[in-house]
Parts: sequence; C-alpha cells; structure tokens
Amino acid sequence: MDSLNFDLATTPLRELNQFLHHEAKTGQVKQVTVLNPDGAHNIAVGLDCPVEVEVQGHAGYYAGGMNKTATVTIFGSAGTGVAENMMSGKVHVKGFASNSAGASAHGGLLVIDGDAGLRCGISLKGGDIVVGGSVGSFSAFMAQAGRMVICGDAGDALGDSLYEAVLYVRGTIKSLGADAQVEPMSETDLAVVADLLSRAGMNHAPTEFKRIASRRELYHWNADANQEY
Amino acid sequence: METKPEQLKHVSREESAGYDRKTLDYIRNAAAHGLYEIRGLGAKRKLPSFDDLVFLGASLSRYPLEGYREKCSTKTLLGTRFAKKPIELEIPITIAGMSFGSLSANVKEALGRAASEMGTSTTTGDGGMTQEERLSSKTLVYQCLPSRYGFNPDDVRRADAIEMVIGQGAKPGGGGMLLGQKISPRVAGMRTLPEGIDQRSASRHPDWTGPDDLAIKIHELRELTDWEKPIYVKVGATRTFNDVKLAVHSGADVVVVDGMQGGTAATQTCFIEHVGIPTLAAVRQAVDALEDLNMKDQVQLIVSGGIRTGADVAKALAMGADAVSIGQGVLVALGCNSESYIQDGMHHPADEGYAALGTAAGFCHHCHTGKCPVGITTQDVILEQRLQPEVGAKRLRNYLKTLNMELTTIARACGKQNVHHLEREDLVALTIEAAAMARLPLAGTNWIPGVTGD
Repeated sequence: MDSLNFDLATTPLRELNQFLHHEAKTGQVKQVTVLNPDGAHNIAVGLDCPVEVEVQGHAGYYAGGMNKTATVTIFGSAGTGVAENMMSGKVHVKGFASNSAGASAHGGLLVIDGDAGLRCGISLKGGDIVVGGSVGSFSAFMAQAGRMVICGDAGDALGDSLYEAVLYVRGTIKSLGADAQVEPMSETDLAVVADLLSRAGMNHAPTEFKRIASRRELYHWNADANQEY
Repeated sequence: METKPEQLKHVSREESAGYDRKTLDYIRNAAAHGLYEIRGLGAKRKLPSFDDLVFLGASLSRYPLEGYREKCSTKTLLGTRFAKKPIELEIPITIAGMSFGSLSANVKEALGRAASEMGTSTTTGDGGMTQEERLSSKTLVYQCLPSRYGFNPDDVRRADAIEMVIGQGAKPGGGGMLLGQKISPRVAGMRTLPEGIDQRSASRHPDWTGPDDLAIKIHELRELTDWEKPIYVKVGATRTFNDVKLAVHSGADVVVVDGMQGGTAATQTCFIEHVGIPTLAAVRQAVDALEDLNMKDQVQLIVSGGIRTGADVAKALAMGADAVSIGQGVLVALGCNSESYIQDGMHHPADEGYAALGTAAGFCHHCHTGKCPVGITTQDVILEQRLQPEVGAKRLRNYLKTLNMELTTIARACGKQNVHHLEREDLVALTIEAAAMARLPLAGTNWIPGVTGD
C-alpha cells in the first residue's frame, strides 16, 4: 500500500496527524491524500519523515506547521501561518495564503502560487519562500535569515527591521520598512533567484527582480550614545 | 566671620521629595545620553506584597499537626485538564523561565541538577533549549515566545511541557532584550542572529493575534505532541482577571501569572517600575477568574514575581495558587549580589567586578552588561567559570529545601496534612492596601476594604 486517503468529513483530524507522526515513519505509506479538508486547522503539523501529503481543498491555520522533511501540497488556499516554523522539506500552496505564511521558518521551501496576506515571512530564520503573486504589508518583518522571492508586488513596510534575510521583488514595493534598502543584484543574487524560481516551478527572468536587504543601522541600540546605557 | 543661624541648618539642606538625589541622577543621565536606562532584575520600589499578610496558626479553634513528625504532603500535579502526561512534582516550587544567553550554560546546568534532585521543573527561556539543561533536567518546560529564537519541533517533542509566553511581569507588553555583549557565537548561532548585535525581540507572536487565534495555536501544539504534554500560558500581571479567563478559553492546562516584582535580564527601568501590578493583587484576580469559570483545580495556577521565602510560597498557595515559580531568588541562592564567588572550594572577593560596573554587592542589577562579577548572568568565558555547576546545584538545592521546610512548617501549624489545603481563611492582612488587593480581612477585624461594610 503506497498511498492512503484520509477523508476529514468522516475521520477526525487527530487520526490523520497520529498516522503521519507514527505509522508514516515506517515508510510503507509514501503518499497520503487528505479529502474534504474544508478549512480544518492544523492539518499535517509536526511531520518528521519524508512522506508526501496532498490536501485536496482549502486548509485552515498552520497547515504543514513545523514541517521537517515532508512535502505538503495544498490544492486550495491556506489559512494563517501555513508552514510556520518549518525546519526542512517543502510546503506548496496552489491557491492563496493568508497572514503570517512561513512565519519563523528555519528551513525548507514554501511556495505560494497565488498571493500571500500580511506578514508573509515574518521572523524568517533560514527558510526560503517563493510567492507567485503579491504579499501584504509588514512582510519579512524582523526576518533574520533565508530568502523570499516575490513575483508580484509588496505592500507597506516590506522588510522592517530586517536582519540577514534577503528579499527579491519583481513588482512594485509600496514602501520599505525601517532599515530596509534596495541593493544592486549581484551574479549570486541572480543565480539564487533563478534556482528558487525553478524549484518553485515559476518562469520569470531573474533580472526583473530587485534585491532588498538590511542597512544594518538598527543592529546596535544607538551608535550616537556609545552604548552608554 | 558670619555664621548661619542654627535653626536654618536643616532647612538649607532639605532634600526635595519629588526631586530627590535619585531623580536628579535620572534627569542628568537622560540629559547626558538621550537614552533610557536599561537594567536587570525586578521592581526595586516598595510594593504591597506577601509580607503584608500573616497566617492564623492553629490554637483552640483549629488543631495543629505535630511539626516534626506528622506527614505533610507537598506533591503537586500540573496539567490535568487535557494533557495525557501531566507534570508530577515533589514540591510546589518550580524554576522560572530564564534563557541561555541571559544566563551561562553552567548556570542552566546547575538549575537542572538542583531541580531534578528536588523533584521539580526548570524552564527554558527566550533563545531555545540547550543540551545542558535538557540532560540535567528531569522535568523541563519549553517556552514558546514571540521571538521564536531557536524554536524547534524536536525540542517541543523533547520537552515535558510547553509554555506559551504572552508576557512577563517585569515587562508586560514588551519583548525580550539581550544586549550585544551577551550575543556570543553560541548564543548567536542558537538564535540565528549576527554576533554582538543588540537583540530586541518582538512583543507579539508572529503567527497569531488574540485569544481566538491562540486557541488554534495551542491546538497545533497539542496535535504536534499527540496531546501528551501540558500547555501552560504565561501572562504578565496587568488585567489579570480577564487575561486568565482568556487563557482558560484558549485551552491552557496551566496559567502562569507573573507579577511586577518578576525579574528580567534586561529591560527599560521605566518598564520594570511602572508597568504591571503587584503579585499580591494579581494572584487574587487570577484565582477569582478560575473560580468564576468554575475551573479551579481543573486548570492549575502558577504564581511568580517576588517569591523569595517559604512563607511567600505558603501565602501564594493559601491564596489559591497550585505552585510558584522563582527566578531572582534562585539567582541569589547561586550567588547573585554576593560579595564573593566560590571557585575550587575557595571564596574569592568579587568587589572589583562590582566596582567596575559602578555598583557594589547588594545593589547590583547589571545583568544586561554580561559582566556579572559572580559569573551568573554572563557569556564571558572567564567570568562564567565563577559559577561551577556542582557548587551552584548544591546551593540551589539547599535553598529549595529550606523553602519547602518552611512551607510545611507553616502548613502544619495551620493544621494541614497537605500544603495544597492551605486556604484564604488561614490568612489576614496587616495593611489596608494588602487587605484591599488580596481581599482578606485586616488583622483583628472583619473588614475587607471594598467588600464588607464598615
């Protein structure tokens, strides 16, 4: 038995997650399909093995949350915090994503074919995010590490209080947040964007993207005060 | 030579109450630097506290237990509401969340060893779980904070309970802070930050807003841990009655309420002294909220912020807490503000270290500098050697043992075979303020300000 269906119309979410945490680790079932998700929260959270999960419909909050090594594909839209704190693996949203998509992700790849809401990539810690559409305001807020590729536009305060994460935007940026600046694209940047776009299955010329990174002026409390606090 | 009339000697040197020397210092410092003061530890001002309550020991109307012979249980169960594996502790005194980063790895190890020997729990902090504390702690509570520094599902699975931190008593509404001197290579690596930057953490969680979201977030943690581990929700004491109700609504197994005396490794002084309410006021509001929801004993309450003595523990329990959490008292037991540190079995003076910080033993609150003269709140490779895990663990074990003995002494005197049987009826207040906040009668009267008539 290589694949298994869980119909959330008749099966409790608990059984699905229990299976994915334990039985799926034996590797006998390589692919799990979730039917009738109907926006249920916490689908496929905390996975820790290279299983493939297909969600046939819309997911609620935290779908694929804290993922490690698994591949979760949502054939619909995702609620708040999709792939939040992902460590590795891949989460792919075929539709749109709500707020805080990929929040604090430490690794892995989050792909959103449509638009993402507010705070996409907030607190990002090393994960990669590719958004086919646009992202809402305060995206990449305090993002520490990792990369974000935004094929559409960005809302207000993009990259506010950025640390070492790097953002690439193809469309317009309504406004940059504190300490974020547009920088020239290097050869390395072009290669990074090309690689992420190809892994996300998207077709754009990397040269169409701008690079946004931290000015690093907020790294220290107040340079004028000579740290005399 | 003309001399001043004798009667003007004191008038001419009268200190202003509003502009006392401390306030003058504050204004001059602000004028010199254009930056507020940041410091460690908790509120220094005098506040209504558990010191303003006393127990009514047994006499003729109540029957005491033999102090040295009869059994008095201190066993404590936390997380009985939803978790398959509640936390079982030997004593109702736990170690509060303090980060690796604010504290050295040696200190984290000492906390774990002492807590494990005493059968109680330790708690991680902002910045993730260290191997040292996981290995040395039998029961480890893993905090989930707004910053999510080092937050990792493997550590969630390795933890014995999860604590969702909304705020802390020293700075309700504020995020963590760790200044550059303490962002060592290891701390930076764990937090994914550049070395040496001044880290200022977020004050809101990145992936939820408000109590309805929190309920879903808690559900995520339950699903992730297969409903095994208790989930605590920690709030800084402000609108405690409402916050505790919302924490219960969100699905907490345990609510932790941290009063304004609670400590921190670094925060603005104005925050420490002027935001939040005293622990005494908060514990009554928290218990009222649980009683109002008929959830007392289903959802457990942990109280922290200025718990120092066995009497404090006993009073918190009598007010309705199930356990207490201690941070600063634990650090003092390890040697915080001590005149000397112990290395290789010898006491070594620490006065030069204090002097370099412009302070002295007994007054130090310079945790934020990372230059702790007794090697506790530091990441400095030389200073951290001043607290050796075995020495620290022994001192902390002694401290916890003392508190527990004091607690049972008081409980027996009140005729209780179990410290959790201490009740509000065992307490009276010494001041009108404490009587009003704790809603207990003023000693020798039936008067509870705002509750009973004159």
